[in-house]
Amino acid sequence: MSERIRLALIGLAVLVAVTLMGLAALLSSRPLEAFAFSVFAGALVTSALAIVLTRDIVRSAMWLMGALSSAAGLYFLLGANFLGVVQLIVYAGGILVLIVFGVMLTGRSPFLRFDPRPAETALAALVGVLLFAAFSAVLLGSAWPPLPGAVPVRQAATVREIGRALLTDYLLPFEVVSVLLLAVMIGAAYLARPVRR
Amino acid sequence: MPPKVPRPDPAAAFIERTLRDWRVIAALGAVLLIAPVPLVWLGWPWIRPLLESQFWFSLILGGLAVFIVIHLDAAFILAERKLSAFIQDRKGPNRVGFWGLLQPVADGIKFLLKEDYTPKQADKPVFILAPALAFVISLAGVAIIPWFDQITWPWTGPDGETYTVVGQMASLDIGLLYLLAFGAMSVYGVVLAGWASNNKYAFYGAMRATAQMLSYEIPLGLGLLAVLLVAGSVRLEGIVESQAASGVWNVFVHPLAFLLVLIAGFAETNRAPFDLAECEQELVAGYHTEYSSMKFALFFLAEYSHMVIGSALVTALFLGGWAPLPFTSWLADNHTWWAGLIKFSVFWGKILLLIGLYMVVRWTLPRFRFDQLMRLAWKGMIPLGMVIVVVQGIATGLGWRIDPAAPWTANLLAGGLMLGINILITLGVLWLMSRSRAPVTGRQDNLPDVIVPPAEARLAR
Repeated sequence: MSERIRLALIGLAVLVAVTLMGLAALLSSRPLEAFAFSVFAGALVTSALAIVLTRDIVRSAMWLMGALSSAAGLYFLLGANFLGVVQLIVYAGGILVLIVFGVMLTGRSPFLRFDPRPAETALAALVGVLLFAAFSAVLLGSAWPPLPGAVPVRQAATVREIGRALLTDYLLPFEVVSVLLLAVMIGAAYLARPVRR
Repeated sequence: MPPKVPRPDPAAAFIERTLRDWRVIAALGAVLLIAPVPLVWLGWPWIRPLLESQFWFSLILGGLAVFIVIHLDAAFILAERKLSAFIQDRKGPNRVGFWGLLQPVADGIKFLLKEDYTPKQADKPVFILAPALAFVISLAGVAIIPWFDQITWPWTGPDGETYTVVGQMASLDIGLLYLLAFGAMSVYGVVLAGWASNNKYAFYGAMRATAQMLSYEIPLGLGLLAVLLVAGSVRLEGIVESQAASGVWNVFVHPLAFLLVLIAGFAETNRAPFDLAECEQELVAGYHTEYSSMKFALFFLAEYSHMVIGSALVTALFLGGWAPLPFTSWLADNHTWWAGLIKFSVFWGKILLLIGLYMVVRWTLPRFRFDQLMRLAWKGMIPLGMVIVVVQGIATGLGWRIDPAAPWTANLLAGGLMLGINILITLGVLWLMSRSRAPVTGRQDNLPDVIVPPAEARLAR
């Protein structure tokens, strides 16, 4: 199958999926939000699967960026704007560094590929199943607050409140994390420095 | 047998002659400008309810802004060529249409008709994705630019209620951070293009763009922080409204922060003197070496859209946004539709001025060397930005602020105080630079040598 036909098929599949999502969303009471949710959630799951399944290191990093951006979209949808933007700046922006290091520090050829051994695959599968079980247990075991009493979306924490909380109630953890990050940065600069003699 | 000389095609000659007549161009322009008026008039019963609801108005406004940005991009390419020709004492494009005015159309047709070539060894999906990503991300900022404050429509509803809409697609409580996030992501198009091309020069260009972007994000953030501390708000419309109400624009209060943001903006758009990612003398064309046809044009459009959004950001933060005149609050409380139109035009006028500055700078200053680029960011702009933020932080802590409710003389005094501090900082920086051994973007031989051991010694180790 030629590359062109494969790309066209992928495009067609995406189109069909988005159309189906749109039709399904029309059934719900708030179609726009339902549609956005299914698009972001679909993109998140697809790219999460692709991170694991692709063997190309840079493409894997790219899919990770897609997954993190979709998660940011879900945060925006929940009204947690600050969290969404921080997700974009810190995580999705950080992928850039991952790509650069993935290519520059590990690659002999520009198109480096992963080739995991069977034992590694088995270990990863085991960890994945355990994590999934744990998350499912937490998800099913927790009592969800009833909707009417929940905080309205518009009153979610704003930047001002978050900043105030960081500098009053959570000052010590904030400072500890800052010092830790500073130490990490100094360490990185020391390691990356050329040897002078 | 003498070579065949092609006979001039009379039809082509006629078309060329017609299009080069200024009257034809003027008539075309007039028709295009006036055409929307009867269309809106005809569709008014359908358009009016759309204008009344904020949701549809936001969509219309966003569509209009994107439409303007994309079409201006094409005009900017002509403007840039004309301006560079003026600076270099040439004529510039003057063949297509009167004064070369139809050059963007010719460019567009050419981009669409050229062969769209993908190298054999490229990573094809990523190769296709990269220009699309660059273009989309560069346009995302349109969503939160406050084009004007609000409009109260002159008509009333059936129960006498009035309709007021806000001149901003989305009023987010994180305003600035959203722009920063998409600014940080704009480098992905470049990096992925360079990587997917499987070409050394493209890859070098991408790597340079990455390093440059990571370095210049920091002074940009520091410059923005100074403004946030003055305005006490992260919302873009809040920042603009505080400037418009007091009449003291932030550029008069924080000229150094303005310079930092402006320079970082140059660097983020990869334009000269920061265009190392596509440096012709070293890297063929940098990250878009392998691109042709419309994919190449998308990179071009992305660069110009990025310039527009960056200028809009600088306008909103430092130049008073839609406020027409400094030192007055004229039109700030006027919410009629014509005032909104004036504000919208004023905002775009400021953007156009800034883009003119971008172009003049590009054709005036030579490109930085890579070490100069890094030194300017890390040793020049970041310490300066930190000083500004600390000074402004202390001032904010002491209760210094520009209060829109206070008389304008008091605001002028408060602004003047910070301006004086800014001048003092500038003098201090100049004094430091005159005493340091390595000026920020100086000659490399001012630096102590890094001694590279000879080859035999390295082999022996």
